[in-house]
Amino acid sequence: MSATFDLPHSGNITRVELPNGIIVLVYENHQVESVVISGSLEAGSLFETPAQNGLASLTAAALMRGTHRRDFDALHATLEDIGADLSLGAGYHTVGFGGRALAEDLPVLLDVLNDVLRAPAFPPGPVDNLRQQRLTEIKYSDDDTRYRAGLAFRQALYGPAHPYHYLTYGTRDTLPHLSAADLTAFHRQVYGPRGMILSVVGAVDTAAALALVREHLADWTNPHQPALPDLPPAVPPAEARHLYTGLAGKTQASIVMGTLGPSRFAPDYQAATLANSILGEFGMMGRIGSVIREELGLAYYAYSRLEGGPGPGAWSIAAGVAPENVALTIERALDEVRRLVTEPVSAADLADNLSYFTGRLPLRLESSAGIAATLQSMERYGLGLDYLLTYAERLHALTPDDLLQAAQHYLDPARFVVAVAGPNGSAPAD
Amino acid sequence: MSAATVTTLANGLTVILKEIHTAPVISWWLMYRVGSRNERTGSTGISHWVEHMMFKGTPRYPAGTLDRLIDRAGGQWNASTSLDYTVYYETLPAERIELALEAEADRMVNALFEPEEVDAERTVVMSERRDNENSPTFWLSEEIRAAAFRVHGYHHEIIGDMVDLQTMTRADLYAHYRACYVPANAVAVAAGAFDTAALLAQIEALYGPLPAAPAPAAFVRPEPPQQGERRLQVERPGNTAFVIVAFRAPRALDPDWLRLELLDSILTGPGGGVDNKTSRLYQALVKTGLAAHVGGGLQETIDPYLYSFRATVSDGRTPAQVEAALLTEIDRVLQDGISPAELAKARKQATAAFAYSTESITNQAYWLTQSAVLGDYGWFETYLDRLHAITRDEVQAAARRYLVPRNRIVGWLLPAGQPEAHA
Repeated sequence: MSATFDLPHSGNITRVELPNGIIVLVYENHQVESVVISGSLEAGSLFETPAQNGLASLTAAALMRGTHRRDFDALHATLEDIGADLSLGAGYHTVGFGGRALAEDLPVLLDVLNDVLRAPAFPPGPVDNLRQQRLTEIKYSDDDTRYRAGLAFRQALYGPAHPYHYLTYGTRDTLPHLSAADLTAFHRQVYGPRGMILSVVGAVDTAAALALVREHLADWTNPHQPALPDLPPAVPPAEARHLYTGLAGKTQASIVMGTLGPSRFAPDYQAATLANSILGEFGMMGRIGSVIREELGLAYYAYSRLEGGPGPGAWSIAAGVAPENVALTIERALDEVRRLVTEPVSAADLADNLSYFTGRLPLRLESSAGIAATLQSMERYGLGLDYLLTYAERLHALTPDDLLQAAQHYLDPARFVVAVAGPNGSAPAD
Repeated sequence: MSAATVTTLANGLTVILKEIHTAPVISWWLMYRVGSRNERTGSTGISHWVEHMMFKGTPRYPAGTLDRLIDRAGGQWNASTSLDYTVYYETLPAERIELALEAEADRMVNALFEPEEVDAERTVVMSERRDNENSPTFWLSEEIRAAAFRVHGYHHEIIGDMVDLQTMTRADLYAHYRACYVPANAVAVAAGAFDTAALLAQIEALYGPLPAAPAPAAFVRPEPPQQGERRLQVERPGNTAFVIVAFRAPRALDPDWLRLELLDSILTGPGGGVDNKTSRLYQALVKTGLAAHVGGGLQETIDPYLYSFRATVSDGRTPAQVEAALLTEIDRVLQDGISPAELAKARKQATAAFAYSTESITNQAYWLTQSAVLGDYGWFETYLDRLHAITRDEVQAAARRYLVPRNRIVGWLLPAGQPEAHA
């Protein structure tokens, strides 16, 4: 027996839109014994005010704290007794969820999903317990250099009027004020079927899976469900900004530096992701890794990352270095950014990265979770079900000049935000 | 799913092959039987540092070349050093697997260890250790190990002590490489979409000519039995207190190991991506608000290691409260054992977790490698059957043998400036 590599496409993905607006995608994978569900709905932190920071995230997490049918223990026993799992978490735009079970237990998984999405009870005791856990976690994170550098970077890159200025998790100031009643109201107002995507991938029969989804979710309505708020424009700082956070007892500094990148919808998104790969990903962290880690031996990790997403996510470089090497690391990283925006990449570099992007599909699509994530992206960003069939062709149409233009469009090293968190008293001179 | 075939080449290299035709992917692992367990004082961290040096080039593949070739092929590769072994792996689209086979054969004998690369990597490894040190819990884990193992090599962190990272030389590293990276000290594993006979022929052609040398005598000093509870405190700047309660545990091939592993599913949850909110310790520590998080587990090790429980103390609560509640739950197992429903749940959870973990070809290769480390090639493939055969009485008996005070190491991490009274 030998498997041929069959990319998910319109011929083997079933896509159904329920009358209430839910998009359901089903892909059968009989090489496994399990089933994965993955999805999203429009209930992220764009719906909260700065004073309510953390409300969407706490609401999403509190869905699993008990429903009108099942209290906390019963809810989790239903899943854990059969080795199944379901979790939900809020981002800026959407609440994402993911679950997994043995294929025979898909009915249980969908029943619990339906229960927590539509009939959460937000019991005050368990919600308060959740809040306390989060406060403890935030206090711990406050002492983490990577977290602090990332937070300072985000806050400087996006002004306080932009939702991306805030972490969705909430703060030590806002969380204590979010009551179970607030969560109940947020859920009642915001949660609804319109805009929801649900992917089911695994050892399932498509018709049976669709019937189960319809049985549970087809009658969900929320006539007052609001439209997703528009994202205000984001503008990178007019000039470079350097921020330092000193923490007691630290021996290593974390650096996060960068600027605004493209959204997933931007026409030059794909060119930018290739440029980013050359900058800080390909071949053990690209040019950044090559200089910072391999040539200079300065860091254990050094890479660049492009967030994408529905809004203009960050395009950033991260590294962890000894405090005395912070200034050199920043300078050499900026050198590589300057090179990326002035010199077209070589034909060989482009060919390597095109091969990397197309060649990794078999590994990415090896697991049901990988396939489900791909289906979600196809639907969420309007890529079409045949996106993967034409993926290589579209990528190969890109030229070094396309990458140069994308890099120039986004990356201006003179306007970078550079955030460092490290030992007390080690701030480098600007 | 076919059974794995095991072959030993004339030079002593063991080759384990398992065909899996679920995806057009092959995962290739090369494991050397040397880990931090075998390191002497003065050379702690040498296995891990040598692992780093294996990425710094050979005459055929200068530093960085393979990073690019493997990414170009759409593959992934990495390496890790554990308590018991050092392992390298590549997972590639099946038609590109030759690259992995050639790369590992080449660097088993031809790694350069150029002095300037050794110097550069010294700072990288020290940076990795400093990165760990930034986390207050690293200091607690390090002290727990050191307290648990006075004699055995499990007593130091895999990354090594900073002083050894500062003083080891290129000659030390190269000697370790030449002694330990020989076919007779290695096990190669492939899992994925291949024909066993054809792949074995390819492997024999590439690895058969590698020079034979005797496997090094493993440096191991057995740990004497513990004579009573050991307690320690670590104070670090920070905001959060942690508690670790560890018990000396049996080696993975001991029947009690799997009994404790089953018990752990009941005490701290099954892991493997399944939540733990119905576990006894979540209910006793987190649901009650004493802790923000609790977890635990055993490692599948060659020699007896630890069964550890770790809890994050909630803001406003104390390590003493958390420790007391945790030990109450342990005592409950010793007194009353586990219920039939809990046993049934643990079995179903293990079945699901096993199904999930075997869906990835890379994971299957990993588990075959881990089995080889332990010296029982069937360890992984019989795992589920052995687990399902365990009885409630056996679980309780194993708990009574191991989860007892004289076998215990208790550590508290206290945020500096917030002193706690001793328990």
